[in-house]
Amino acid sequence: MIDGFAISALYALGATGFTLIFGVSGVLNLSHGAIMVAAAVAAWAAASILHVDTYSGALIGVGVALITAFATYFAVVKPIQDSRRIPNEEKEIFVLTGTLLWGIMIQELIAYFFTNNAKTVLPIVEGVVDILGVRTPRNEIFTAVVCCLVIALLWLLVNRTRTGKAVLAASMNPRGVTLLGLELTNIYIVVWAIYGVLAGIAGVLLGMFLGVSSYSVGPLTASAFSIVVLGGLGSVSGSLIAAFVVGYLETITAYLVSPAYRTIPALLLLVVVMYIRPQGLLGRR
Amino acid sequence: MKNILPGALRIFLGAAALGALISGSGAAFAADPIKIGVIAEAQAIAGASIPQAAQLAADEINAKGGVDGRKIEIISYDNHSSSADSVRAFQRAVNEDKVNAVIASYISEVVLALEPWASRLKTPFVTPGAASNEISKSVHADYAKNKYTFHGYLTSAALALSVCDAAKDLLVDKMHMKSAVIMSEDAAWTKPLDVGYEECLPKIGLKVLDHIRFSPDTTDFTPIFNKIEGAKPDVIITGISHVGVQPTVQWKNQQVPIPMFGISSQATNETFGKDSNQAAEGVLYQGVSGPGVAVTPKSVPFAEGFRNKYGNYPSYAGYTAYDEVYYIADAVKRAGSTDADKLVDALEKTDWEGTIGRVQFYGKDDPFTHSIKYGKGLITGLMLQWQDGKQIAVWPKDVAKTDVKFPSFIKLTTN
Repeated sequence: MIDGFAISALYALGATGFTLIFGVSGVLNLSHGAIMVAAAVAAWAAASILHVDTYSGALIGVGVALITAFATYFAVVKPIQDSRRIPNEEKEIFVLTGTLLWGIMIQELIAYFFTNNAKTVLPIVEGVVDILGVRTPRNEIFTAVVCCLVIALLWLLVNRTRTGKAVLAASMNPRGVTLLGLELTNIYIVVWAIYGVLAGIAGVLLGMFLGVSSYSVGPLTASAFSIVVLGGLGSVSGSLIAAFVVGYLETITAYLVSPAYRTIPALLLLVVVMYIRPQGLLGRR
Repeated sequence: MKNILPGALRIFLGAAALGALISGSGAAFAADPIKIGVIAEAQAIAGASIPQAAQLAADEINAKGGVDGRKIEIISYDNHSSSADSVRAFQRAVNEDKVNAVIASYISEVVLALEPWASRLKTPFVTPGAASNEISKSVHADYAKNKYTFHGYLTSAALALSVCDAAKDLLVDKMHMKSAVIMSEDAAWTKPLDVGYEECLPKIGLKVLDHIRFSPDTTDFTPIFNKIEGAKPDVIITGISHVGVQPTVQWKNQQVPIPMFGISSQATNETFGKDSNQAAEGVLYQGVSGPGVAVTPKSVPFAEGFRNKYGNYPSYAGYTAYDEVYYIADAVKRAGSTDADKLVDALEKTDWEGTIGRVQFYGKDDPFTHSIKYGKGLITGLMLQWQDGKQIAVWPKDVAKTDVKFPSFIKLTTN
């Protein structure tokens, strides 16, 4: 069950950034998995090739995710959004394909330079503890705690600070925000920064917890995507709930049925929800 | 990055095609090179060594004057671990680049997809790393058609035997272990492997308590290890290749107190220690070679030569690919021609001391036709263990350097 909690918290962290971007700027960033993997691989490379300590390695990983997120925004998303040659109604599809291709480019680069073998980041805390008779790696608890803390911080940032409120406002009514004299682009940059940090932390933690390879890019994007769709596009709390539903459903399947069928029930649930409640659990559109 | 390669390849191909036109189709001059196509997984560690090792062998042969004055030319193709790409590469290699033989892939699914093409295009084809029994069984089933395929690596059945032989000496006789759980990934090569395990483990005195097959895209192994621990076996017998780093790291992080023993292809790579942050410590794996292990007088010089040239030690498929270029060249010499049927006849008579042992192929009447022979004096394989960040041979006795050692979290249930 602790395993399920840690996985869910990790999913939640990954999906939150993804949904935030969509909520605020209407961008479905399909290079999400690639950014997470880039963070984990950078943390691994820093630790085992440059021999920095674990904490710096993790920071470098998050830093790389931040840079990659900005690169995604400035090199891929923004030019499409600003383009006059692409009709407005087609921009979403362009962003979708653009980020998808960008993700594949990152994936191939990682595979080219670091091979497609899985890499693992050295855990920050080592060892195991007994919780109710279950031997649990300390790092798993650490992962869960960090995820919860970061999500709590995000909540504070969005609901309690001026910048956060601007972000929230932009997600509700972008035009209203511009009328209030706030520069929309600045808000986007803030959101992409938050996103980069979130994806980076999630990627590095995933690298410590399970390990990642360039193959993980697709499944990671897909899992974030399905969680976000399940929770309701753009709804942060919906994503959180959905992440826990998916995380536990997967873990329970793996324990009770077979590890081979782990992802199937969650996908079935997604289909069912799409039928009954197309806007997702807490969707508002 | 990726686009540079096909571009260069295209120019090269154009040149090769032009060359073929000028030299006149089919007319073999004495100085014509012997062309060997190498199709491999450039991004996977196991596959990346294949073209590199083949090139190394070709360079060595060419430096000594080639085969009867003919140079060996290696033409390599990246298959991106895909069967479809491999088939296209095979067709291009034969139809456009006019190769005389093909060395391809360490993935059984890919090799099984190429086998019918070797038959259709009548081109001798050797795999350096795939293991499925079906590869050589098909040759046996329809010899006239499929005789062009050779299995240059141990079959899954032989791999299971090798693991059991080592387990008997190391685990049963020395440590008095009595039970095991088989943990293998769901892939073509593990089906016969598992059958082999199920058959030979009880024979050596290890009772099989449970058998877990999991999807190769599994990322979280916690449930699997929990289930295994619940069965309380003395050892986990592994059959993994597509996964490796992840189960090993989680085995260590979760401090699963049961040793892992068996086939773990990724563990054969030198970089495995780094990729897993030394979680590999104590992992026992079957191999045909290892750094510093003198299986034959050729093993160490090859591994060192490879390292000097490419900066890292070869993967297991590197050793076999290197040997394959040599015995293909040897077969061409004995056949006196690169004619496919003559080459197949000559390859069947191969008796070559390579880097992993003495290579001979099973004949037409053996169920594993054209697969390399397993056994003492031929190829037996090795059992190696990761100790202090290095791969150390622990079996068989004549090459073993030290005893088996486990990290502190392993609790041996017997002694």
